Amino acid sequence: MTIEEVRQIILNILADIAPDEDISSIDDNTKLRDQIDLDSMDFLDIVMELRKRFNIEVPEKDYEHLATMAGCVSYLTPLLKDRPLAS
Amino acid sequence: MNKPPRDWLKGVLSAYDTVVIGSGLAGMTSANLLAKLGHKVLLAEHHYNMGGMATWFKRKGGHVMDISLHGFPCGMIKTLRKYWTQDISHRVIQLKNVRFDNPQFSVNTSFDKVDFTNILRERFGILREVIDEFFFTVRDMNFYDEVVMTTRELFEKYFPGRTDVWRFLMEPITYANGSTLDDPAITYGIVFSNFMDKGVFTYQGGTDHLIKEMKQELLRNGVDIRTHCMVEKIYVDDKTVQGVRINGQDIQCKSVLSNSNLLTTIEQLTGEEHFEPEFIKEVKKVRLNNSSCQVYMGIKTGETVPNVGDLLFSSDADEYCTDKILSKDVTSRTFSFYYPEIRPGTNRYSIVSSTNARYQDWANLSESQYKKDKHDLEQTTLDALDKYVPGIRKKVDHVEASTPKTFKRYTLHPSGTSFGTKFEGLKISRDLPNQINGLFHAGSVGIIMSGWLGAANYGVIVANETDKFLRQLTPGLVTASA
Repeated sequence: MTIEEVRQIILNILADIAPDEDISSIDDNTKLRDQIDLDSMDFLDIVMELRKRFNIEVPEKDYEHLATMAGCVSYLTPLLKDRPLAS
Repeated sequence: MNKPPRDWLKGVLSAYDTVVIGSGLAGMTSANLLAKLGHKVLLAEHHYNMGGMATWFKRKGGHVMDISLHGFPCGMIKTLRKYWTQDISHRVIQLKNVRFDNPQFSVNTSFDKVDFTNILRERFGILREVIDEFFFTVRDMNFYDEVVMTTRELFEKYFPGRTDVWRFLMEPITYANGSTLDDPAITYGIVFSNFMDKGVFTYQGGTDHLIKEMKQELLRNGVDIRTHCMVEKIYVDDKTVQGVRINGQDIQCKSVLSNSNLLTTIEQLTGEEHFEPEFIKEVKKVRLNNSSCQVYMGIKTGETVPNVGDLLFSSDADEYCTDKILSKDVTSRTFSFYYPEIRPGTNRYSIVSSTNARYQDWANLSESQYKKDKHDLEQTTLDALDKYVPGIRKKVDHVEASTPKTFKRYTLHPSGTSFGTKFEGLKISRDLPNQINGLFHAGSVGIIMSGWLGAANYGVIVANETDKFLRQLTPGLVTASA
């Protein structure tokens, strides 16, 4: 998976969690919760989705890396780069 | 000839990924999520109805009584949408008329931050800056904070000596989660902020409709639901969950998610011998929360009740006082009014009075005394309600009361606790899987995990951990690292 594809996967997950939010204009370097209405339960949903879709476990101490889109992409790309997009 | 007893476990599998014990809101929500995540789930409920405290009952004359439907915070809409269905979440409606009536003040409110701010300024004469700072402080409280301050100290800091303001801020939360002035302030702050966000909400269609919808969704997702099924034992070997015994039958499972009371789960279902002695020492310190009495009043067909409020916090006590609130000599009652809008098309009304109560005040009465005290409770409640709905005795044709003993019978909670355990139970609940592999608990603990929203969300939090545990049992799960 490319960096762009990883970014798109995060966007897909966010779209499921927050269907009423406009996620098309997300700024990669601003905290996600400052741009869309996300609470701690929503972040838990992101963790559950990553486990379900890709068998990736994000330890609680690393949740901070998911705070921005750029953080998500740089944190997850090493784990996803060798996977096909279809998974 | 006697018919053989029905086998409620007919067709059950020999093994499951997870057995969920109890179908309260936390149990149902976790069962649903785990099934959606692909696990094989058995949901065992001892009662014939699902829902736990989110329940209802029917009586002759077409009466349907809701136990706890009014009300919950706005956040429930999102929780229902994400972990249940769009259709369920769309039925959530606001209760716009919350009323207080006591010797210190009479106030109507929509129970949100804007209206509370206005009332605190205009009715109670509090400065805007103080109100804003108070709201900021409670909003900022979170689950992970160290416990430093009690609610009493919090109120004393912002509204010193203003027992009228304390009552205005506290009475509804005592009704919602049983917390008192002497509990940690975060147990107050988190729940209060959740309500202040947008107000108080309820479910249009009634509890029976909601639970029926949830049952359908559980079945769609493949949960094996078994009512009349009492889990008698959780089998543990080598610090690991092996299975359960239900109605005398052994069933294997990799994990157990107990929505039974925390202390019941540890002491009775699992057995203290399976835990570290140090852990059990902490378990012994966990206090149960109090229980409740309720009086259910069904209005005759064709009779009406004017809109006198959706929730009415009424009290004859001079001041807010925990002891008085729990006393068998009732001075404070919360009336929940169920108008026909709650069950569109039925044109029926019911009113439920709730008071917090102590189990020991009701547990040891003789049968005749118990009956008499229940009757007195019904009559004094009708007297109190007559002030708000004149002629109420002519309008009702069904009145009955429940006590802490009733709650114990239906939920099996020790001492009939209607709000689980006090704050210290949360740490024990969270720590269970560190003691026994595959043993999880989700249910009312620590007050903030109580009530409709707290219970459902705690079910999600614990289902996430159960999912993680189950996936770690098979190779393939990759742990990320920064």
